[in-house]
This record gives sequence, structure tokens and C-alpha cells, in this order.
Amino acid sequence: MFAYIARRLVLMLVTLIGISIVIFVLLRIVPGNIVDILFAAAGYVDPSDKASLERELGLDQPIVVQYLHWIGGLLRGDLGYSYVSEKPALDEILPRIPITARLAGLALLFSAAIGIPLGVISAVKQGTRLDYGLRIFSLSGLSLPAFWLGLLILMASVALFGTMPIFNPNPKTWTEAIAIYCIPALAVGFRSAALVMRITRSSMLEILRQDYIRTARAKGASEAAVNYRHALKNAMLPVITVLGIEAAFLIGGLIVTETVFNIPGVARFLVEAIRWRDYPIVQNLVMLIAVVVVLANFMVDLLYAVLDPRIRYTD
Amino acid sequence: MDAINYDTELRRAGAYSTHGWRKLVFLARHHALGTAGLIIMTVFVLAAVFADVICRFSPLDVDAAHALAAPDALHWMGTDSFGRDVWSRIIHGARISLAVGIGSTALGSVFGVTIGLASGYLTGWVDLVCQRIIDILQALPLLVLALVMTAALGPSLQNTIIAIAIPLIPSVARVIRANTLALRELPFVEAAKSIGMSEMRIALRHVLPNTLAPLIVLATAQLGSAILTEASLSFLGLGIPEPHPSWGRMLSESAAEYVRTAPWLVIFPGLAISLAVFGTNLLGDALRDILDPRQRG
Repeated sequence: MFAYIARRLVLMLVTLIGISIVIFVLLRIVPGNIVDILFAAAGYVDPSDKASLERELGLDQPIVVQYLHWIGGLLRGDLGYSYVSEKPALDEILPRIPITARLAGLALLFSAAIGIPLGVISAVKQGTRLDYGLRIFSLSGLSLPAFWLGLLILMASVALFGTMPIFNPNPKTWTEAIAIYCIPALAVGFRSAALVMRITRSSMLEILRQDYIRTARAKGASEAAVNYRHALKNAMLPVITVLGIEAAFLIGGLIVTETVFNIPGVARFLVEAIRWRDYPIVQNLVMLIAVVVVLANFMVDLLYAVLDPRIRYTD
Repeated sequence: MDAINYDTELRRAGAYSTHGWRKLVFLARHHALGTAGLIIMTVFVLAAVFADVICRFSPLDVDAAHALAAPDALHWMGTDSFGRDVWSRIIHGARISLAVGIGSTALGSVFGVTIGLASGYLTGWVDLVCQRIIDILQALPLLVLALVMTAALGPSLQNTIIAIAIPLIPSVARVIRANTLALRELPFVEAAKSIGMSEMRIALRHVLPNTLAPLIVLATAQLGSAILTEASLSFLGLGIPEPHPSWGRMLSESAAEYVRTAPWLVIFPGLAISLAVFGTNLLGDALRDILDPRQRG
């Protein structure tokens, strides 16, 4: 097991280094840089002023030097400066992380709370109209764009309450907190809930076909005992895996949802930084996302080995 | 006890529908949802192909006098803030979405199959390097990688196709690799080697055709993801540029601002995206059930 963990850690490091190189190079393929954007609105600019600013920002250095400078800073905890706000990148990113983390946590909670029960019901009632209805419901959930769902929620908010929820980092009442966080989290978590429902259903069906389930029924166990005490526990393993992976991949839904609801989280900040070619912010945010995804996958694999004694990671 | 009518039972099980139209009708009746998905996609494809015929207005025609008009007999889905006909923009937007979806899925599949086949068949250092490349590409969510690729390549139809195709490569490569690793150990491959067939010929003529079934299922699912990703990129302003009508950008233009005053600008483009992706998901599920019943869920 320790050899497996060591090997995975090395592979994670290789992956993260690879991502850093890919992202760094990709962002510099584009002709022009932040200096061009900053000066674009000013009309004619003295080329020497532009060159001076590029020197100041280190953009005149060879690309390898810029990369090593960035990686060296990362290892020291220095994420550089935002080209747009001129503040340290860490000061721009850190306050936004809790907002996105809260949304992601709530979205996961919703996806588990909605997806697991519906998946169990769909599996237990396989072949019935309820099962077909739930399967269509889950397919609809996978088909709805998160940003459209967010816009529909805004429409409903306007129609029912005459106003849209406006983000407030320090909500004063519970209803305000629910409106600010739960509604966008629902928009993000809906798609995950559909996926969790499908995985739960598939996993339950596989478990319900097992011999020990037939034995339990033959021994006179009630359907509730068979479904929940015997089947559901074992069916949860793939579901937990999916939830763990979804925790990292929710960022895609958060990007568009934070944009729709105007929430100042990390995900929306990434889009703004890309538009402004604010390289330090984009690089650091993408690396942050990559670290979260890689770590999440690793933790899920370890958790799987802990929950299922049949799985042992050996050489 | 009622006697069993074997003829009826055999007919119900499809014993008499082994090929041609009979088989198609049998499959259609037993996979109703998949058939619905196929019909939905066919409607979208036909709408995209005959867009110029079925649309009364050009998607780019501006008519300020009829800006933000509600749906009526002239403008079936209303008009936007520039007076452009929403129905025309949605139908022409189908061309963009399908072009990007099919283009990026095809491109991603070609590269994914190449990498997966090489990785699974040649193994060794080729497999090691390919797996690390796949790990790197898969370490970022689809939309994040597509965003960075779009920002790197610049906004255009071709660049959007490339930007979405690249994140799709790892899934295809993994599936093809897994299948190839299993297939290369089978006796028919050994037999081909023993008669002196080259590795390339064995991989392309014998191994690859047997990996197509899961590839078709995966590609159909990825088509939906590609359409969603293109819509998301356009919604964020980083996808298909003007003047191409894009469903995602139609929603972006009408976001929050027109939610109160012109809800049709929010409802119809979103419905189009959802229906297109829904159709691909239904079709993908049915293809999975037909081609690989072990994965039925």
C-alpha cells in the first residue's frame, strides 16, 4: 500500500508539472499580451513606454526564464502580481476561495441528497413507469446547461418575488443566506444529481442481481431490509467515487453559475482573468484547479481501498 | 394452463427480424427512447441543412423598429434587442452547434483512437508517455481546458472546434486502450502475427474494428458534451464570435437584463441547447444498450 501511495504521489507530481508547462505555453501562444490590452484603449502609445512596462512585468524574458520564475515563486508561496489590479495574486485569489468552496460543498450536498434517493427508487422500481420517468428526469438533468437553469431560476425569482437574489458575502438572515448560496448551488448541483442518480441506479441494479440478495429474500427479509440494509451499503462505493470526482469537476458548472448570479468566486474570476490575459491569475487558478482535481482523484482511490477490503493496491 | 404460442414469443424476441428494415423496426420498437433521440437529432440536422429554406429572415437582419417583439405570427419566437428574428437565429445556430459538436467529436475521436491504439498495442515506453499525456489532459475539467485553449487559439469556429476536441481525447484514448489491451491477447491476433502480418496492419485491420462499438457509444455521449461546452464558451463570450449566431451567446446577450422584459430570449435558446443534448443522450443510451448490453444501467 505504501509503495502504491509513493508511486501515485510521484505520478501526481509529474502530472502537475506537465499541466504547468502546458498552461504556461498555451497562454503565451497568443500574439500580444496584457500590455497590448492595457494600451489598446489609449490609442497611440510610445513604443518605449510599452517596452518599459514589458520589462517591468518580466514579459521581455525568454519563456523558459518566465516559467522557472513562476515555478520558483509557487514553491515559495509567491504567486506573483495581478497585471490588472497590481495587487499580489494571492490577495486576489484567497478571499474568493471560501465563496466557491461553499457553493461547491452545497452543490455536492444537493447532488447526493437528490441523486441517491432517486437512484435507489428507480432501481427498486425497475421497469415501471416511475423508473422510466426518473430516467428521463435524470437525462434531462444531464442535458440542461447550468447557466440556463440559473437564468430560469432568476426568471422564477423575478416572477415570484419581484427581485433577483443579489450576492452579499455576509448575509444577515437565514433566508438571505439560503437565497444567496442555495439557489446557485442548486443550479450547479442539479446536473451532478442527475449523474449520481444514474450511477446509483446502475450500481443498485448490479447489487440486486447478486446471489446474497436472493438469499436474503429467501430467508424472509423484508424488501426494505434487502434494499437498504443489504444492497444500498454495497451500492454506495461507486457513488462515493463519482461524488469525489464530481467535487473537483464541479468547477465547470461553477464558472457559468457564478457568472449568471454575479458571485465573486474563484471560478468567475478565472474567466475575467482569461479575458484580460492576466497571466499570473490564470496560471495560478488553473494550477489550483488541477491540484484539487488530482488530489480528489487520489483521495477517492484511497477511500475506495478503505471502504472495500477486497481492494488492495499492491505491486 | 394456456399453451405457449412459440411463434408469437419468437416474433416478440426478434427471431424473425434479423436484418434489413425488419431489424430496424424491431430495434426502434424495443428502444423507444433511443428512437426518440434519433428523431430529435434528425430534426436538428435537417433544420441546420435547410435553415435558409425554413427561415423567413436572415439571422443577421437588424430591424430596430421591431426590437424585443414578443412571439407573434411574423416572428414565431420573437426578436432580440437588435430586432433580429430569434427563430432564424436558433435554426442557424443549430448549424454552428452541430458543426462544432460533430467536428470536435470527430477530431477528438481520431486523435483519441490513434493515441489509444498506439498506447494499447505497442505498450512499453509509448504507453508510458501516452498515459502521462492523457493524465495531464484529464487533470482539468472539460470547460476549464476548453476555456484556456480558446483563449490561447483565439475566437473562431475552427479554433473552438480544436479547443473542445482536445479535452475529449483522453476519454476516447482510455477506452480504445483498454479494449486494445484485451484484444491483442486474443488468438486471432496471434494467428495474424504468425502468418507474418505487420503490426500496423494487425492493429488497423483486426484490432481497431473490434473497438468501434464502445467508440460509437462514447462519441455519441461526447457529442452532447461538445454542444454543451460550445454553448458555455459562447455564453462566457469566449466561443464563436460574431456574426455567427450561437445559442450560448444568445443567452449571454439576454442574461439578467432581459429576464424581466423579454423572457423568450432566455427560454427558446436554452430549450434548443437542452433538446439537442437530450437527443444525443437518449441516442447514446440506446446505442450502449444495443452494442454493449453489459454496460446497461
